[in-house]
Amino acid sequence: MSHSQRSDIFLLDAERTTWHDETLWFVRQKRDKAVYALPEFQDLRELASQIKNHTLSKLDHYLVQFEEAATRNGVQVHWAADAAEHNAIVLGLIRKHNATRVVKSKSMLTEECHLNPHLIKNGIEVIDTDLGERIIQMREEAPSHVVLPAIHLKKEDVGDTFHIHLGTTKGNNDPQQLTEAARQHLREKFLAGEVAISGVNFAIAETGSVVVCTNEGNADLGVNLAKVHIACMGMEKLIPRLSDLSVFTRVLTRSATGQPVTTYTSHFTKPAPGKEMHIVIVDNGRTKQLGRPDFRASLKCIRCGACMNTCPVYRRSGGHSYDFTIPGPIGAILSPNIDMRKHASLPFASTLCGSCTDVCPVKIDIHTQLYKWRQVLAAEGEIPASKKWSMRLLSSVLSRPGMYGLGGKMARQGLRFLPHGLTHAKGYNPWAIARELPEPPKQSFREWYEQQQKVK
Amino acid sequence: MLLTASEAKNERMKVGLFIPCYVDQFYPQVGIATLQLLEKLGVKAHFPKQQTCCGQPMANSGCEQDAIPVYHNFVDTFQDYDYVVGPAGSCVYHVRKHFNIIDQTPKVEHVRENTRELFDFLINVLGVTDIPGSFPYKVGLHLSCHGQRGLHQANESEMTPVRDGQLKRLLTSMKGLEFTELDRNDECCGFGGTFCVSEAGISARMGQDRVKDHVRNGTQVLTGGDMSCLMHLEGIIRRGKLPIKVMHAAEILNGAIL
Repeated sequence: MSHSQRSDIFLLDAERTTWHDETLWFVRQKRDKAVYALPEFQDLRELASQIKNHTLSKLDHYLVQFEEAATRNGVQVHWAADAAEHNAIVLGLIRKHNATRVVKSKSMLTEECHLNPHLIKNGIEVIDTDLGERIIQMREEAPSHVVLPAIHLKKEDVGDTFHIHLGTTKGNNDPQQLTEAARQHLREKFLAGEVAISGVNFAIAETGSVVVCTNEGNADLGVNLAKVHIACMGMEKLIPRLSDLSVFTRVLTRSATGQPVTTYTSHFTKPAPGKEMHIVIVDNGRTKQLGRPDFRASLKCIRCGACMNTCPVYRRSGGHSYDFTIPGPIGAILSPNIDMRKHASLPFASTLCGSCTDVCPVKIDIHTQLYKWRQVLAAEGEIPASKKWSMRLLSSVLSRPGMYGLGGKMARQGLRFLPHGLTHAKGYNPWAIARELPEPPKQSFREWYEQQQKVK
Repeated sequence: MLLTASEAKNERMKVGLFIPCYVDQFYPQVGIATLQLLEKLGVKAHFPKQQTCCGQPMANSGCEQDAIPVYHNFVDTFQDYDYVVGPAGSCVYHVRKHFNIIDQTPKVEHVRENTRELFDFLINVLGVTDIPGSFPYKVGLHLSCHGQRGLHQANESEMTPVRDGQLKRLLTSMKGLEFTELDRNDECCGFGGTFCVSEAGISARMGQDRVKDHVRNGTQVLTGGDMSCLMHLEGIIRRGKLPIKVMHAAEILNGAIL
């Protein structure tokens, strides 16, 4: 199915679409308020962008520096070329400690690698401890947003889910009570956790530390209670120095939710006495993307989700319509790198309005990359044949002024004299599903102009 | 009308009128208003008839290679003009931004640099600050993304809460004109070129939401600088038989000057 087909399913529930759009627009507005209040915000964006550009241009250097510093701190560093290697490394570490109970805080990378199914298949209990993640884990759904993974669900949906999985009263949709139920449930899991897996927001090359930003403190709870901490990171998470970090923490949450900073910004540098800390650095297509000059900048992404909240398409089609771990505009420029055929419709799921580019805290030229992916996809034969041939035909008309004039006249005549039911047949005219065609004038502008010239 | 000294200078300027294909075929009145408005401001624009299109429909569909002959036709058509002026931010943006894939000969560079959106041309080339006239209606201004975010003709809500822009300033000088305060000042209408048919469902929903914002806040006349967005919104308004009139801003401004 294409993005458009999946969107049509989402759109069937018009009220829910309105609710989804308004919920995310509210987040976008909170972001605006936070941004307007900070006079230097645009300077911070520029600085964040430059730091990321610099880091990507010397990524090999910073990766080695990071590994050396982390190793000096007593952390064990692992390298994974792809998702399978990553999953094997993590499973191997869990098995080495004869552990079966894993708690995991939010990590889009482990979603990308499909770590959970791999661990479960191998007899490991893995519990997502971020509340939103835990909800969708119970429902066996994928996250629909990078920061707000369960944003597609209403409190009624959560009430139903908790009734089934946590035994809350049927019909209890009170957010306070539902949160308390989740808290009690997760507390047990935290206490029982033998291995804690976390994501990484920033990895500091200079110090070898990883920084994890959460609002729930679940990463800290998990890591501090378990014997082993495994931090999983994409190789693009690096920043050079500790002093660069504040640039990112200042833009990250303002862009994401409008908060000045996440509730918890935790630095993990070395294992506590008697414990182990591991970092798994994952490529999984990132080197390939780094090698594409037009799309390299997509690796600057710090996963704030602002492009999703602002995207008028995402807000009305929902995160699952993208069928990729990272939805929305940024997902649409990351996904074709992973599987061009499967995700061929995503770069077309945009009006190219440019709002994504304008909110991006690290200044990724998202809408330009969407445009460029379209060119790549067409060149690789990944657009529908009907589109390809109609564009060829259109071009041959539009590069010949005489043919264009004639064609235009014929189309207008057709529209004027054919019955409305035919010109607006929904079966073959998608425009007419919700819109009237323009009323065709008797004269085109050029015909009028020519007539005027003759009169003169 | 009397010409001022600067307007007399405008007369010597060689201006090519760029009327995008869909305006030519479906909205001739917008082309006429553009031509007349320029004339009233002392610019005699000429419409070279071998022009067709900027090539954006092909390029946005991923087929920019197929658009190359169309790009060349555009450049050849307009190479001898000082300025190329069109009443459509999106087409102008396409020429300026995406004609980078053909050989950047001096004539290509000249055409790209001097292709200007109508209101940008009025304000920044002609130095027009206000247009005297009256238009006693509640006007909803649709900010088209390519004019606003692409050509920076209006402030973006992503950057600042201040709602300001070139077209807004020109329309402000109309007597009796009241602007609609929209809930979402600059959300995309969902037209998006071929997006409007390849993602017809989302496109329609976006347009309906934009129109509702105007209805809710009392728009009588919906206007903007880009007829493509307005064509899409008008299609929705006419389908819903809503009491909103859709006009390109060139029609409003041209009608105001007598």
